[in-house]
Amino acid sequence: MTKDIILAGVGGQGILSIAACIGMAALAENLHLKQAEVHGMSQRGGAVQSHLRLSSDEIASDLIPEGKADIVISVEPMESLRYLNMLKPDGYIVTSINPFVNIPNYPDMEELLREIWKLPKYITLDADQIARECGSVKAANMVVLGAASPLLGLKEESFAKAITSIFGSKGSDVVELNNKALKAGRDYAVNHM
Amino acid sequence: MQKLLLLGDEAIAQGAIDAGLSGIYAYPGTPSTEIMEYVQASKEASSKGIRALWSANEKTAMESALGMSYAGKRAMVCMKHVGLNVAADAFVNSAITGANGGLIVVAADDPSMHSSQNEQDSRFYAKFSFIPVLEPANQQEAYDMVHYGFDLSERMKIPVMIRITTRLAHSRTGVKRQETKPQNELKLPENLRQYVLLPSIARKQYRELLDKQLPLEQEAAQSGFNRYHEGHDKSIGIIASGLAHNYLIENFATHTLPYPVLQVGQYPVPLDMLNRLYEETESLLVLEDGYPILEELMRGMLNKGKKIMGRLDGSLPRDGELNPNIVGKALGMHFDIKLQSPGIIRNRPPKLCDGCSHNDAFLALNEALLEYGRGRVFSDIGCYTLSALEPLESINSCVDMGASITMAIGAADAGLVPAVAAIGDSTFTHSGITGLLDAVNNNSPITVLILDNATTGMTGGQASSALGKVEDICRGVGVHEDHIKVLKPLHKFHEENVKVIKEELAYQGVSVIIPRRECIQTLNRKMRQKAKAKLMDV
Ligand SMILES: Cc1ncc(C[n+]2csc(CCOP(=O)(O)OP(=O)(O)O)c2C)c(N)n1
Repeated sequence: MTKDIILAGVGGQGILSIAACIGMAALAENLHLKQAEVHGMSQRGGAVQSHLRLSSDEIASDLIPEGKADIVISVEPMESLRYLNMLKPDGYIVTSINPFVNIPNYPDMEELLREIWKLPKYITLDADQIARECGSVKAANMVVLGAASPLLGLKEESFAKAITSIFGSKGSDVVELNNKALKAGRDYAVNHM
Repeated sequence: MQKLLLLGDEAIAQGAIDAGLSGIYAYPGTPSTEIMEYVQASKEASSKGIRALWSANEKTAMESALGMSYAGKRAMVCMKHVGLNVAADAFVNSAITGANGGLIVVAADDPSMHSSQNEQDSRFYAKFSFIPVLEPANQQEAYDMVHYGFDLSERMKIPVMIRITTRLAHSRTGVKRQETKPQNELKLPENLRQYVLLPSIARKQYRELLDKQLPLEQEAAQSGFNRYHEGHDKSIGIIASGLAHNYLIENFATHTLPYPVLQVGQYPVPLDMLNRLYEETESLLVLEDGYPILEELMRGMLNKGKKIMGRLDGSLPRDGELNPNIVGKALGMHFDIKLQSPGIIRNRPPKLCDGCSHNDAFLALNEALLEYGRGRVFSDIGCYTLSALEPLESINSCVDMGASITMAIGAADAGLVPAVAAIGDSTFTHSGITGLLDAVNNNSPITVLILDNATTGMTGGQASSALGKVEDICRGVGVHEDHIKVLKPLHKFHEENVKVIKEELAYQGVSVIIPRRECIQTLNRKMRQKAKAKLMDV
């Protein structure tokens, strides 16, 4: 089993939490894992990405080769397309449709969605709205992870364990919120795949 | 033992804690910062009494670590690549003093300049100084090399460099720990003149350093970090150092690598191993994530030997970090990339945070400078460097830490009056103070803005050595009390602030203006922690 995943978003949107959850879940299933993060300069409202590789075998490179990623998971629609060259021709894009507009020339939303919908496999969802229904828009990143979770080949309980260990120190209500958001994302994906 | 999920930086930190570290010294700098931060956050490290505080700059850090090594204990000093320029005097000479307690210098290079002003390769410094280098290919090796590096340093009585790059520093994977070792006891060097580099002593010790090179090469042949992999296709022999080896292997995930490979993880690289590869194969491909150091050596100036492929002959790009595709292409592989990101994607240049104090400071400066025209603001490295870009476009230089004040002196000497320097609080204590002293001694007509946000912002909000000391330092250096002005950079004080800056611009001597307001990021973090603490109380 191997899964090569590109995580995309804007600095501060919580893609490292997504990475940490998948990482923990993979570790719980004794998979090998490498996760290249972006720290530093680009975190200041810039585009951030993370390469996450899971495999039952040893992994050589920290970076995914171009055109080899199985999935792009993005918490922002424009960012979901930024690394398209990394995606396999039949790879999946899972993205929220909530734009993070911090530049004056942000592209037209309709046009962005049209580009995403051109691809053979995608899940687009209003993660902010779903997260709000779960209790807080802050959990939008977990909604997106939830929507991608059926594609990752990891068990549901591994994610639950990961969420407990990552958010446990922030209190049981935060754990509950994130679990709820994850499940809502997954339900959405299962119903719309 | 259960594996820990660690960044390369964290693996180095955990390795040091486990290998009997007594003190870690560092100044923040991407991608090295997380090493110190990990030790600072580690309960284990604090229960072992490991010293872990930020230094004012890389030179003071390097020297403090050297002092701990002098006293017989294991010390580590960490910095980004350009930090080694600042620490270079201490680093180069530490090879000649040698080490007593194990001394490891971690230099974190940043090929492709993800967060830096250049992509210099620290292996050059090590070669120049005759210091051995360990270059891990993965996080496990990074962990293991710290244990080995401390042993090597004590056995050979020499500082050891661990050279990493951004990808390894900031990539996370499972790491297995080794047995932990106790810290060394306090133990003076056997020779109390070992660290006295008077010419007569230095000459002798320099010769000893040169004599150590062959044994160091033998070490590198035996440690297991340089490995020779057999291959049946002798048309190409491959030398692959550090992460480059991973990219090579990635291209042969589904079929065996046919070429002989020399995997390099320790320097000086054993000549026997290089020679064997050279003799066995028809041509060489050299893969290095950084400058083409080995490639240049293999080729020689005249390049009259076998064909050597790499960054210098165009087989690989001349600059930037490597990746699996670049390495595959150098081996003649073809990649058919079907998808490309569409043209409507826009860049998101990094910018100052909403509510950042620097923004208000530069808005006031821009207005105060209107009557003099643009092109006279020398700046430095920090979040405030982003004011070079739209919409502020306030500053005209960013070269190396501390260069703002000193460049303003030179420009004022040339007749550009008033000249302005804009420097952050942490950068000021890193290497701005001596420049300010020059300005005072020179009575330069410059206005220095010390942008005090009470933290080292750019690298994520580490403690600033300048905290609570800026005015005292300026006074102590000799800036006149009447020309040290503190401002509150807020929109509501804009007019007032413009007025003060204008007055100081007109003054024909050294003025210091301190726009002071806490970094919005550290402030938010503190408020979140407070809110959480309150919640716990209830
Ligand atoms: C020699 C050197 N060391 C470290 C760095 C990394 N670095 C860049 S900016 C910065 C901190 C700047 O802090 P400060 O001057 O207080 O400005 P702020 O970012 O808080 O605005 C550091 C540590 C560097 N570029 N060069």
